[in-house]
Amino acid sequence: MQRVLMKGNEAIAEGAIRAGCKGFFGYPITPSSEIAEYMARKMPALGGVFVQAESELAAINMVYGGAATGSRVMTASSGPGISLKQEGISFLAEGELPCLIVDICRGGPGLGGIQPSQADYFQATRGGGHGDYHIIVLAPSSAQEMMDFTMLGFELADKHRSPVMIMAEGTLGNLIEPVVLRDAVTEFVDKPWAITGCRGRQPNIVNTLHMPVELLQTRNQHLTKKYEAIRSEEIRSEEFMTEDADLILVAYGIMARIARKAVINARQLGLKTGLIRPITLWPYPYETLGRAARHCKAMVSVEISTVGQMIEDIRLAAEGKVPVHYIGEIGRTPNPEEITQQLLAIAEREGLR
Amino acid sequence: MKIIAKKPESLTGAKYHYCPGCTHGIIHRLVAEVMDELDIREQTIGICPVGCSVLAYDYFNCDMLEAAHGRAPAIATAIKRLLPDRYLFTYQGDGDLASIGMGEIVHASMRGEKITTIFVNNTLYGMTGGQMAPTTLLGQVTTTSPYGRKAEWEGYPAKMCELLSINEGAAYVCRTAVNNPANIIKTKKAIKKAFQIQAEGLGFTMVEVLSTCPTNWGLSPTDALKWMEEHMIPYYPLGEFKVKGE
Amino acid sequence: MARGVVTFYSDRCKACGLCMLFCPKQIMDFDKTSINSLGYHPVSVAKPEECNGCGICALMCPDLVIEVGRE
Ligand SMILES: Cc1ncc(C[n+]2csc(CCOP(=O)(O)OP(=O)(O)O)c2C)c(N)n1
Ligand code: SF4
Ligand code: SF4
Ligand code: SF4
Repeated sequence: MQRVLMKGNEAIAEGAIRAGCKGFFGYPITPSSEIAEYMARKMPALGGVFVQAESELAAINMVYGGAATGSRVMTASSGPGISLKQEGISFLAEGELPCLIVDICRGGPGLGGIQPSQADYFQATRGGGHGDYHIIVLAPSSAQEMMDFTMLGFELADKHRSPVMIMAEGTLGNLIEPVVLRDAVTEFVDKPWAITGCRGRQPNIVNTLHMPVELLQTRNQHLTKKYEAIRSEEIRSEEFMTEDADLILVAYGIMARIARKAVINARQLGLKTGLIRPITLWPYPYETLGRAARHCKAMVSVEISTVGQMIEDIRLAAEGKVPVHYIGEIGRTPNPEEITQQLLAIAEREGLR
Repeated sequence: MKIIAKKPESLTGAKYHYCPGCTHGIIHRLVAEVMDELDIREQTIGICPVGCSVLAYDYFNCDMLEAAHGRAPAIATAIKRLLPDRYLFTYQGDGDLASIGMGEIVHASMRGEKITTIFVNNTLYGMTGGQMAPTTLLGQVTTTSPYGRKAEWEGYPAKMCELLSINEGAAYVCRTAVNNPANIIKTKKAIKKAFQIQAEGLGFTMVEVLSTCPTNWGLSPTDALKWMEEHMIPYYPLGEFKVKGE
Repeated sequence: MARGVVTFYSDRCKACGLCMLFCPKQIMDFDKTSINSLGYHPVSVAKPEECNGCGICALMCPDLVIEVGRE
């Protein structure tokens, strides 16, 4: 078992290679560029393809073409680039083309800043593109998970014929941590639908146009069924000290690690807190949160965002049973002590102390 | 009896949805005949655009992919890079290629992607009802240039062959027309040459084909051929603009 | 002189007239006595014995209506 020090972004790139990724198509943007740079260095010797596209629009459409051949392919970007990719993501969802899209988030809106952020939550989980669709969104919280979720992401993409997004804060992209290198994937699913030239078979077509109403309805029903299957099979989350907690924090990504420390701090001060960490941001662990809402007294969303984005999902899960509070800001990541202080204030207001 | 003209194997034979006399149908047949003659149907992957030819995946009897508006060259790029021994063609209208997809086509040609683009120039947006395209001629009336295209308002018509042929990556760039039998034969020769140069791996290849849109030009199919000859060909001269190595 | 045999898949014809325009023998015409499933009077050869089998009609036809053979 080889353990090496790696940047989160490099762990994603290395994980992709180990998952059998054969094509990377990207356009540089901070704080994601190391992924493209790593792929540019490694792909030629591995017989893979690296193309620096002229734009994110071109890059995501290269992913569309690459995925259509049945190869494992990916792109990586950050907020402004992910906005441009939305057109292609909608087409990928309807074309049912498996691929990996990495969003190493920075602050927005507009050009925003390059500080870490979780402000792309809406864009990632609500689908910034047009039409009735979802994509699977995984939120790692360590360099190790950057590698592991990348590999998992390719697997889920193939399994469900769906685009998968890795959403991570810029912090994780640049954080250097020890990473256990995983074994390379050697078995892949068959893709008889792939566009490879029709030697010895009927032609395959990848298409997203469905003009007759019935056809459009059938397609949308098919996707809806698929999303139900994904909901029943792929929801992932972690719980920490939630059993007897009065106040439950909900946080994902790097924020979940920080919130965990705040839970320990608050417990030492006599406040019964716990943490739920959604790992799949879509499908969201509504049931886990809903169950918690039945026995806790309040919930708190902790996010690197000022308006509060995931808090909307927490409120949906809580169904009005408990108040949902918010701790969050953009441009800097709150530290455990600050969160603990705010938790104490919330507990005061809720009469938990 | 010797059969001298029939449906090529590289077409499915599905009835076209095109308007009467629309020359998209002729261009489809020429591409398919070239695929038959080179015996590459099973190695060919076609990308259709958004535009009147959006349904081309129903007509070509090979693996086909339908692209987002203008993005066909980016899609073809990735497929060709991953499957270098396949033949890739994109089939694009002038709105698709010269307007929304201007970035993708310019960069694919600059990178010298070994693909063949069939660029169908009918001077306007057929599918959406005859709006102005980058290729609309000066003075031409369309639904969004109701007073005729004016250079001071809408700029000048895009000459894509001239533009793309200056790129080092472009190996073959040619403009043809399908207004009469002689030009149709020349168009087919150009398409064949483009596929052959693609196979040689010399770089990007494109055949711009001047095509009619009788419906949105408001002309009969036969008058549309005359209009093409009188108005389009003088502005869009026919011929080879670039042949790498020659 | 070579003799041509022209076969029409008339149900595909859209009566655009492009074939007729270039037929060197000018022997094609719309068949006003029939209407095909698309609603058009399809084209046919009025004087088949004069056809030289040049294939120009098929070359011009956008809709794969015409097959040409030469004897
Ligand atoms: C992103 C996007 N914008 C606009 C449209 C609407 N649209 C469909 S076809 C088309 C123009 C097609 O014109 P052209 O490429 O010239 O092809 P033609 O129909 O003339 O063959 C447009 C604007 C679309 N489908 N997608
Ligand atoms: S609208 Fe114009 S381009 Fe489109 S099918 Fe009709 S004639 Fe052809
Ligand atoms: S083959 Fe030639 S002569 Fe015969 S009908 Fe066709 S165009 Fe006329
Ligand atoms: S060119 Fe074809 S579609 Fe047009 S009239 Fe002749 S046979 Fe019919």
